[in-house]
Amino acid sequence: MKVTEKDVVYVADLANLELTDQERTRMLRDLNSILEYIDRLNELDTANVPPMAQVSDRYGVDQSKQGSERFAYASREDVHQGLRKSLPHDVALENAPDSDGMFFKVPKVIER
Amino acid sequence: MEIKSLTIDAARAAIQNCTITATALAGSLYAKIATDDPQIGAYLTLSKERALAKAAEMDALAAKGEKLPPLGGVPVGVKDVMATRGVRTTAGSKILGNYIPPYDCTAVARLEAAGAVVLGKLNCDEFAMGSSNENSAWHPVHNPRDLSRVPGGSSGGSAAAVAADMAVAALGSDTGGSIRQPASFCGVVGLMPTYGRVSRYGLIAFASSLDHIGPLTKTVKDAAIVLQVIAGRDPMDSTSAAVAVPDYRGELEKPVRGLKIGMAKEYFGEGLDREVRAAIEAAIEKLAKLGCEVVPVSLPHTQYAVPAYYIVATAEASSNLARFDGVRYGYRADGVRTLSEMYRRSRDQGFGTEVKRRIMLGTYALSAGYYDAYYLKAQRVRTLLTRDFEEAFQKVDAIVTPTSPTAAFKLGEKVDDPLAMYLADIYTVTADLAGIPGISVPCGETREKLPIGLQILGRHFDEATILRIAHAYEQAH
Repeated sequence: MKVTEKDVVYVADLANLELTDQERTRMLRDLNSILEYIDRLNELDTANVPPMAQVSDRYGVDQSKQGSERFAYASREDVHQGLRKSLPHDVALENAPDSDGMFFKVPKVIER
Repeated sequence: MEIKSLTIDAARAAIQNCTITATALAGSLYAKIATDDPQIGAYLTLSKERALAKAAEMDALAAKGEKLPPLGGVPVGVKDVMATRGVRTTAGSKILGNYIPPYDCTAVARLEAAGAVVLGKLNCDEFAMGSSNENSAWHPVHNPRDLSRVPGGSSGGSAAAVAADMAVAALGSDTGGSIRQPASFCGVVGLMPTYGRVSRYGLIAFASSLDHIGPLTKTVKDAAIVLQVIAGRDPMDSTSAAVAVPDYRGELEKPVRGLKIGMAKEYFGEGLDREVRAAIEAAIEKLAKLGCEVVPVSLPHTQYAVPAYYIVATAEASSNLARFDGVRYGYRADGVRTLSEMYRRSRDQGFGTEVKRRIMLGTYALSAGYYDAYYLKAQRVRTLLTRDFEEAFQKVDAIVTPTSPTAAFKLGEKVDDPLAMYLADIYTVTADLAGIPGISVPCGETREKLPIGLQILGRHFDEATILRIAHAYEQAH
């Protein structure tokens, strides 16, 4: 068993999840079974293999350039006020579970 | 007008010639949805008002004798992970059960700009996480070819709607096989374009380095027509590539004689169903008869694709899904006293089991002490998998494989075994990791009359070649 019950509680906390007792038991079983399968990656020696975070790294990046210029493929013209107007206030708030018409409303932030 | 096997060109021509109006065509598809969809479950939300407005616009053009745009009046469906302004968009999740987007996904906007009539939003696995559509928070989708079986996932609603003639074409998304595998299970064509070929602006993100939007259609030509319309750089998505978009339709009819087609033994190993294997081998023989040269290639790291995928995809998902917190949109739990309680309860009650499992796995893989062992390791293996393809494509123009190791399985068969479900993606995930395009085209049936899919993979930005091969095969089959 790689993952313990304590790990499940800790990771759930990081992920902002609560999980019921039943869910925790199931998660413990599933995570261990999946991670055991994933461990076969260790059969490969990858010491000299660079990590690949993005597909675009392989065709878009101009390796002859330095700094952000290398990633020119992802850039766009810097337009004053952006390329489009932001959403109007009322539209941005339309889907809010709770708002006062000006701001999103949430329960108390500071806990005592 | 016969709706069955209605293609994009046929529908558009009929509307152009005023044989039928776009309004009447949309109406007959809505009638078919009303009678057939209760058994299938492909649609989550219908967008009648919007559809009929677009249909009327196309009818007015046709009445004036003006040339219709490429999808003029063609009824389509859109997977519910793509934002549609004013039309509920849930991503198959309770947490977005009441979400009405204030903007349109670029791919949907481009379809509509080309005249398409968007009938509604199609069912899918929650946040596109699944291979059977059983993870939809609303209801599962039944395979139109056999209602006791799954349609595949996660774009199960898109594949089922096209297969059951409840849409002429549909948009789906593919992160680990979610366009190609359901296309294969339902007997339709599914195309995953190259990473960066189609803008993802307005696609509710699952795993950003793997997500693709693409068409599910009845024919390869239709897939080419839809891709033509949705492809190309979009300033709203910095990962969309500024690579010239070829004339896919024009390229379609070019001869395939002399093309080199790779066959990798790694895709014909343990776990491959006997009938599927026989169908794929027969398809490869057919391609050889058409003048393609079949060349053995090796993709030696293939067996490591699924484990690498389930780390990369879940790590990115755990980060992307952090935005669902009950503050700005979506579900908020009742009776909470503090902000942190609100986050937790809303997410706990809003997400389904598989989504929580993937958030947990991804968070674990990214957490202190495990980042190098899992996330970084998987990213290094991703490089090896991509190099496998780069080497193979030095020798061949395309690679053919089965799309899925089996035909459609029964509903409920794999729901209690997440690992068995993940292995349904064994032939599709590698292309997502490498960012290369892939298409699934029907290539026969099992004895039980279940469709089988042939997968054709190509070089980065070379959708034209795989479309051409798929088209030649389809015409000869």
